[in-house]
Amino acid sequence: MNLNELTISKAHAGLKAGDFSAEELTRACLDRIKKRNKDLNAFIEVDEEGALQAARNVEIKTPLSGIPMGIKDIYCVKGWECTAASKILKGFKPPYDATAISKLRDSGTVLLGRTNMDEFACGASTEHSCFGPTKNPHDLARVPGGSSGGSAASVADDMCLGAMGTDTGGSVRQPASLCGCVGLKVTYGRTSRFGVMAMASSWDTISPFAKTTEDAALILQEIAGKDPKDSTTPDKSVPNYTEALTGDVRGLKIGVPKEYFGEGVEEETASKVMEAVRALEKAGAILKEVSLPNMKYAIALYYIAMPAELSANLARYDGIRFGRKPSDTGEDLMDYYRNARTEGFGEEIKRRIMIGTYVLSAGYYDAYYKKAQQVRTLVIRDFDRVFEEVDVLCGPVSPYPAFKLGENLDDPLKMYMADLLTIPASAAGIPGLSVPCGKSSGGLPIGLQIMGRQFDEETVLQVGDAWEKIRG
Amino acid sequence: MTKITKTLNLARINVSPQEERKLDSVFEYMEVLNEVDTEGVEPTSQVTGLQDVMREDEIDESICSGDDLLACSPLEVENRQIKVRKVL
Repeated sequence: MNLNELTISKAHAGLKAGDFSAEELTRACLDRIKKRNKDLNAFIEVDEEGALQAARNVEIKTPLSGIPMGIKDIYCVKGWECTAASKILKGFKPPYDATAISKLRDSGTVLLGRTNMDEFACGASTEHSCFGPTKNPHDLARVPGGSSGGSAASVADDMCLGAMGTDTGGSVRQPASLCGCVGLKVTYGRTSRFGVMAMASSWDTISPFAKTTEDAALILQEIAGKDPKDSTTPDKSVPNYTEALTGDVRGLKIGVPKEYFGEGVEEETASKVMEAVRALEKAGAILKEVSLPNMKYAIALYYIAMPAELSANLARYDGIRFGRKPSDTGEDLMDYYRNARTEGFGEEIKRRIMIGTYVLSAGYYDAYYKKAQQVRTLVIRDFDRVFEEVDVLCGPVSPYPAFKLGENLDDPLKMYMADLLTIPASAAGIPGLSVPCGKSSGGLPIGLQIMGRQFDEETVLQVGDAWEKIRG
Repeated sequence: MTKITKTLNLARINVSPQEERKLDSVFEYMEVLNEVDTEGVEPTSQVTGLQDVMREDEIDESICSGDDLLACSPLEVENRQIKVRKVL
């Protein structure tokens, strides 16, 4: 086995025992990137020098020490360019680290480079990137999912041992499912958003990818907790996540929301996921069918509330404070803004800015934005009600396996439907884990989604880990 | 001024006519929310129940300095101010 194929926990054991060095481990990842990145386009830029230097100097003190990871191009990393895969930020070098990045640095993580993504985290396929699309490692004609498709593909293809992404409406879980790796969307506020470019602030989460549930727990352990620089991180203690990985699900109540196996979900996906759920039942869990009746409104509410927040957040990208100037700087400031933004933003971003600006404009606020936020309350109530009866919910992550490049690109609504099963948990701010649970007849990965109560990542991870032990 | 022109002005961007048509189909889809009865339902903007968190409005240059931030601008900086096109 090559070193880059190891899990974080195995690599940590090897590093501690002195079986190999962090530099050897990093070189194995860099070699893999050199070999595969021209096909996959998972990494936008690799910091070979910086990574090797960090690996040489590392002291093994945490499970992440010496572990090479990829970082979505939306995290501020001092010394690196950071563009959110957008032309408008070309050349922007942030002068500080995101909190998640400083925590990873403190733990000794080796930062390999920037991974590809949909522009400003808007998309479900990583095709909306100014660096070109990332390909799915299982089939180069297919998308890796999105928006954190570069991170997902890099982990699934053993270019790194773990990676950071962001999950606003499914951008970690869905690509993890399509690429066949593990993706954990944390509770809203469990990890600090400071230094990560905001998309939709009341939804955004800083969330990791890994090869196993245990590895996802190890990453979460290092990045979770209160941050004075992000006032939405509550002062809640961080449990020891790996202690929750008992492999035991006896007596645990698993809710199976019928909507997750209904309209819009491919039959093969539904049946593979159901097999995994049945296996958990066989291992002692108690299944209960539940219903989330307002789930059918989740996409509509999300595509109003999210663009509203996005249009406000992206107002700061005006070609003045960061990034690049427009080729035509115009006559006056208004020209300058319009040229910078028209030239700098891709189509999907302009679309969402338009939707967001419209729903927030005078006369439409109540009809759209407020209405969407009220429906969000109803979706949350659905979850509150079912979590009175069950400990976790299980269903598919994506309604279908990886689709072909270009398949949904010209039809925004079709692309938005890819988020059907991930948006509900985002609306409620609850954690969700994507774990591989088999392959389609076409050989494409299918993911099992495990959702839990707010700040109960432990139970979610416990079930994911138990499923992996059953699956073998 | 039409609805779309007004929005484009507010958003400081231009889009093509084809794009305007795609936007129409998205807005049509959003109408589904009108079938939901939300009478008396509180809107949610914060999901974990946190209240406003206040802090003193103090300059903290431990993260980075003002000059570091000014250096991020693609435009000329003079007297710690970015020179932009005329406003009026």
